[in-house]
This record gives sequence, C-alpha cells and structure tokens, in this order.
Amino acid sequence: MKVSEVAKVLHSEILVEGNLDEEVLTACGSDMMSDVLAFVKNQSVLLTGLMNPQVVRTAEMMDMHCIIFVRGKTPDQTILNLAEMKDMTVLATPYRMFTACGKLYEAGLRGEE
Amino acid sequence: MSMIELKYEVPGDDFTRAGEASSDVKRQLKKIGYSPDATRKVAIAMYEGEINMVIHAGGGEAYVNIDPDKVEIILADHGPGIPDKEKAMQEGWSTAPDNVRSLGFGAGMGLPNMKKYTDSIEIDTEVGVGTTVTMIVYPDGKKV
Repeated sequence: MKVSEVAKVLHSEILVEGNLDEEVLTACGSDMMSDVLAFVKNQSVLLTGLMNPQVVRTAEMMDMHCIIFVRGKTPDQTILNLAEMKDMTVLATPYRMFTACGKLYEAGLRGEE
Repeated sequence: MSMIELKYEVPGDDFTRAGEASSDVKRQLKKIGYSPDATRKVAIAMYEGEINMVIHAGGGEAYVNIDPDKVEIILADHGPGIPDKEKAMQEGWSTAPDNVRSLGFGAGMGLPNMKKYTDSIEIDTEVGVGTTVTMIVYPDGKKV
C-alpha cells in the first residue's frame, strides 16, 4: 500500500510530507529502538510512542521512510526538522499502538515473520 | 592507507546528537555506491556503538576506514570500561540506567546487535581506562 493510504487508514495528521506515493509492505511497532535495529529485513514503516530524535536516526539507519507517532502525541520541531532533512514522512495518529498496528495489518501491511 | 579515512568526535553530553557520525558514514558510503547491504550493516553497528559511547562512556572518537573490500569501524572511549565482556555480549543484559530505557535504548541489545551486523568485532577494554571496539564489515560478508 502507499504511504498516503497508511495515513488514511490511521486517520493521521501528516506532520512531514515525504513521498506519499511510495509503496510500503512491512511495518514495525516498538518503543525500544534497539529492538527495531535487531531486525533488518526491509521494513518501511515505524510505529512508535517514543519522542526523541533517535527515532528518526533509527529509521534512517534501517532505510525506513515513514514514521508514525501513536497515541495522539506530537513530536517537537527538532524531530520534525531531522525527518524532513532525511526525506521521511511523519504521521501522527490518535490510535494507540495496538490498534494502529491492527488497523495496518488488516489493511495488508505485514511484519517480520 | 585506506581509500577513505573518516574521523569523528562523539559528544558525550548530548543524547540528541548521538548518531550523527553514523549518519554521515552512511551518506558517504551511499555517495560512493558501496554495497547497500554492507552500508546498512555498517550504519546500524556504528549507530549502536555511538549510542553506547554516549550512554556509558561520556563520548569518544570514531574512526572509519573505507576500502573496496572492507569497512573498518573503530570506536574509542575513555569511559569506565566493561568489567565482564561475556555478560555484555548477552542479549538483554544491560547496565544502563533507567532514564536511558525511557529514551528507547538500554535493553541490552547494543553489543549483540553490533556483533550481529558485523563480520568481526574485537573489544579491547580496561576497567577505569576505557574501551575500544573494532568492527569490520565486508561487502560480500555474512547475510543477516
């Protein structure tokens, strides 16, 4: 599915607009960045409730292009600026982690098997 | 002499800046068209190392030597050293303070991840003196 569809499914606000037409197949949801870094297989979307610039750095190292902040949290400008520099899309969804992951799974996104 | 030799200061007092050196190395490897797999492995292993240097050691220096047949990453700090290297390599074993966990790290995955993504890792450490981690990634190295 496209990043724009991810945004729609999660009723998200688009905080940083990267390439919304990009196709994404897999996602990872975690507040522990080391857990995200432990599984490297072409995951494209990161869902997290963690709010610091290391979220963007982690996504960058993993070649992920879309970060979704869950639970209606809004990241500060430092985080958004860094994501913009890295050509990422940043979304904020009102859903909590479990629900957000469930909705994306239902819509066809998958995780690491 | 390596084809490209890079050196970075890793600041120890600013968690928000941790990862800048790894980000630059990734950018440079991409620019010269290095193997994407190796580039990602180098970036992740070095990033975990940088985070460790900031969390545990008050920063340090990073040296990266890039050659067509390998990338060598040397992370040197003057921190407290690692008293038990074997334990430090176990997944889930951590001495990081609780506030680090609230930042998304400190789950005891740093060194195990560094080992996982590199073809070789050597840890030279002395309690009270510091730690030097040397990692090598080959472009045709192990798959992860």
